[in-house]
Amino acid sequence: MSDAYVPHEFQYSSADHQAGTAVAGMWLFLATEVLFFGGLFLCWIYARTQNLAGFDAGARETELWIGTLNTGILLTSSLVYSTGVAFARIGDNRRLVQCCLGAIGLGLAFLVLKFGLEWSDDFAKHLWPVGPDFKFTGPIAGGARLFYVFYFIGTGLHGVHMVVGVFLVAMIAWRARRGEFSPAYTTPVEVVGMYWSFVDVVWIILYPLIYLIGRS
Amino acid sequence: MSTTVVVETAELERSYLTDKVSIASWLLATDHKRIAILYLGSITFFFFIGGFAAALVRLNLLVPEGLIPSAETYNRLFTTHGVIMVWFFLVPAVPVTLGNFILPLMLGARDLAFPRLNLISWYLFMAGGAVELYALFIGGVDTGWTFYPPLSSTFSQGHVVLAVLGVFISGFSSIATGLNFIVTIHRLRAPGMTWYKMPIFVWSLYSTSVIFVLATPVLAITLLLLAFERIFRIGVFDPAIGGDPILFQHMFWFYSHPAVYIMILPGFGVISEIMPAFCRRRLFGYKFVAWASVSIAVISFFVWGHHMFVSGQSLYASVVFSLLSYAVAVPSAIKVFNWLGTMHKGYIRFDAPMLYALGFIGLFTIGGLTGLFVAALAADVHLTQTYFIVAHFHYVMVGGMVTAFFAGLHYWWPKITGRMYPEMWGRAGALIIFLGFNVTFAPQFLLGYLGMPRRYHSYPPDFQVLNVLSSAGATILAAGYLLPLFYLTWSLFRGERAPANPWGATGLEWQTPSPPPAKNFASTPVVTEPPYTYPPPELVQNRV
Repeated sequence: MSDAYVPHEFQYSSADHQAGTAVAGMWLFLATEVLFFGGLFLCWIYARTQNLAGFDAGARETELWIGTLNTGILLTSSLVYSTGVAFARIGDNRRLVQCCLGAIGLGLAFLVLKFGLEWSDDFAKHLWPVGPDFKFTGPIAGGARLFYVFYFIGTGLHGVHMVVGVFLVAMIAWRARRGEFSPAYTTPVEVVGMYWSFVDVVWIILYPLIYLIGRS
Repeated sequence: MSTTVVVETAELERSYLTDKVSIASWLLATDHKRIAILYLGSITFFFFIGGFAAALVRLNLLVPEGLIPSAETYNRLFTTHGVIMVWFFLVPAVPVTLGNFILPLMLGARDLAFPRLNLISWYLFMAGGAVELYALFIGGVDTGWTFYPPLSSTFSQGHVVLAVLGVFISGFSSIATGLNFIVTIHRLRAPGMTWYKMPIFVWSLYSTSVIFVLATPVLAITLLLLAFERIFRIGVFDPAIGGDPILFQHMFWFYSHPAVYIMILPGFGVISEIMPAFCRRRLFGYKFVAWASVSIAVISFFVWGHHMFVSGQSLYASVVFSLLSYAVAVPSAIKVFNWLGTMHKGYIRFDAPMLYALGFIGLFTIGGLTGLFVAALAADVHLTQTYFIVAHFHYVMVGGMVTAFFAGLHYWWPKITGRMYPEMWGRAGALIIFLGFNVTFAPQFLLGYLGMPRRYHSYPPDFQVLNVLSSAGATILAAGYLLPLFYLTWSLFRGERAPANPWGATGLEWQTPSPPPAKNFASTPVVTEPPYTYPPPELVQNRV
């Protein structure tokens, strides 16, 4: 580790002080995200208990293989990015850039599968819950509509977070390419990594809620 | 509180107000003090918009059949009043102005942890406010500030989506502020500033911020679900497809009851600063007051169901919510008793901040105690949705919170602007507001007890005398609120120059010049003494 001087903002006493504060801020931000998605999941699970048959029928229409593949892709992208963080800590900006590009590629693959393939498939199968031509009819139609309201809102919000994450990782790649990071200064790399992993955590709860529960 | 000597050169350094003077240097300011000023201007603007709507509401209620021809217009007016006052004045008021300005100074810090995030929070607030004002001016909403479905999702004729969007956006400014405060308090305390050396105002802002950070996201997702339902006419709160409108009420009040404490806790903090300073006495029971703030914040998350006693929720749930609501009274009472304990045998001075603070204690006590009436299950069934509720929460929110805001504004005005406000006008303002407030809202307790429902455009003629009394009080109150607008603005240009510590108060904010230099302190302060080291020795000798 080199002892290179790292500049810090005037309100902090040292670069370490600033780095620790940034990490604390990101943890707290993620806590707000937990409450945000937590509210959604609470409503989802409550609505499910009230409309079991409709939710189960809705869940059976989802594309299990896309969801499962996407779970693998997303977790792999976090693994790749975390490897990049490790490279950043030893000052290897070149490999950090490669890892960022790998994570971005996997993230984009997720988005293409989710929205390019799965959503358009859902629309083609009349699973968009609004309007008269919804796939389901009869007593379970209401519950199935409700399931797809949650499905589109949940995956949509997760997708927005993914897009933001892709931009953030791209920013890290850009800064790494300019050689901005060193073993003494990796804060932005770590903070973006926390966010990127959090997006996984949300998916890990969405995945069973959408594809697994009630499928059998 | 501190032994730091602010070096002489700091006096020569230019203040944060004169450091840079271009318009851009204000609109792109990351200095917490300048952002506080931006916020102060913004919330003052919203306060008078909300107040104007309230004036029209009181005007309408002068006669039993209502002066405003249409009930729909009346509904939109009281909704405008509620939405603007709750989300664009009461929730942000003390934290983003006084808190933003004073918190880093109290901690001995040079700024908040994330100055740019602080600026972003102001822009988010203004963006939300602009959307909200647009929604209100193109016709408004008639749902009340609570946006209950199915009225808001299906039947309302107003611009619900835009109104909800405005609140949604401004919510992120709350989250940003709360996050910034918590991280700052954890990470940027000056050397020696241990948790028990922090002023109570910091403790109360910390508790407030916890609620900002943990409750606001739940409101955000709830409003998002509501907007979806409004746009697509199908959604989570729609019973036609198996959804549940009561679920909205649970989610909404999970945020909005803690939000009540977002509004009042910073007020508690302000009063806890003013009492020791104007009684020249150490704050009685410091640790109890500090932990009372935290415990109010914690309990506040478990009482939301008391807004839903008549919604059809389980009676067992109601009993538990009722019990927990009573529990909030304990830390609240601890605070009131400790303020009174601080006054006991104090060397009391009746300057304007103290008059406002005393008014706060009286009005908040009435608001708090009537809260116990409506926390009681049986009493609430009679009183719910009546003017008793309106009077109760105005005693807490306006009599309490707004009075505390004015108390703090006068107390720190010399520090913020470098000018003294005119003392006689300040005292007159405090008395007129106290008088006007009571004449406005005390009759509403009686009206509610007699059974007058809230949110109605007309009422039976029997209620007219009390309604006229209330409207008459509102004119006094309006005069009381306009008065500080004029004399504080006057003092900006003509007020006497303020010394660094006009009140002889403890606290790091008084140890730097008024107005403070751009980076707050010439050298980082070192704290060795506990807070509130009153009385000053010369006072004690004089008394003996």
